[in-house]
Amino acid sequence: MEHRFEREYGCLIVKMPKELDHHQAEVLKEEADSLILKYPVRSLVFDFSDTCFMDSSGIGVVIGRCKNVRFSGGYVKAVHLNQQIRRIFRLSGLQKIMEVEQEAE
Amino acid sequence: MEQIRNEMKMEFLALSSNEGFARVTVGAFVAELNPTVDELADIKTAVSEAVTNCIIHGYEQKGGSIWIQCSIEGQQVEISVVDTGKGIRDVEQAREPLFTTKPELERSGMGFAFMEAFMDEVEVVSELGKGTCVTMRKIIGKG
Repeated sequence: MEHRFEREYGCLIVKMPKELDHHQAEVLKEEADSLILKYPVRSLVFDFSDTCFMDSSGIGVVIGRCKNVRFSGGYVKAVHLNQQIRRIFRLSGLQKIMEVEQEAE
Repeated sequence: MEQIRNEMKMEFLALSSNEGFARVTVGAFVAELNPTVDELADIKTAVSEAVTNCIIHGYEQKGGSIWIQCSIEGQQVEISVVDTGKGIRDVEQAREPLFTTKPELERSGMGFAFMEAFMDEVEVVSELGKGTCVTMRKIIGKG
């Protein structure tokens, strides 16, 4: 399993896979949702530290998980985006619907 | 300077595990044009979108074959991604950003929008019951 999860006081940190395409998205979705259902997740953090590729399938995963967590009043954030992922976030409007960590100066 | 001319064809099964293989292979083929990191990311993303469309929509995840034909002429790359799946009923509508026939699969409807954003030209030829051919072109090294 390429991606991992960490839980800390109601916060679920999802380490995103190296290549977030349709193939990886399917696995990630299932695992993240079962954790969100099982534990009280108040906030969700998508950590893109290891991610160097993302296509439109990744957008579906992120939006879907946002909906599932916000349903219970939680908040969602994306951190450690590289230039390519930032571009995908910008083009798709994802950065308007969730908090995105600002680029380091 | 001598003009580069090159061509390659590949055929593979419509499995999601082949999405990465397809985009990396096309990326490697294009490498002789010395694309920038951004240009390479553009091409890989566009190929990934086109191949994912074949798998999810063309063959509705029931399998089939996907063909990619790729050619380089001077600084231009032309990539065709072909399936013999169900075809697209309304190509105009399919190309609209956020339009998707599979919201239940959490498809964002951004596939064609990304191909258009990342490539210079995108042509879609489709026939119901016969399949779809997406042809994309991009000039490398425009600066």
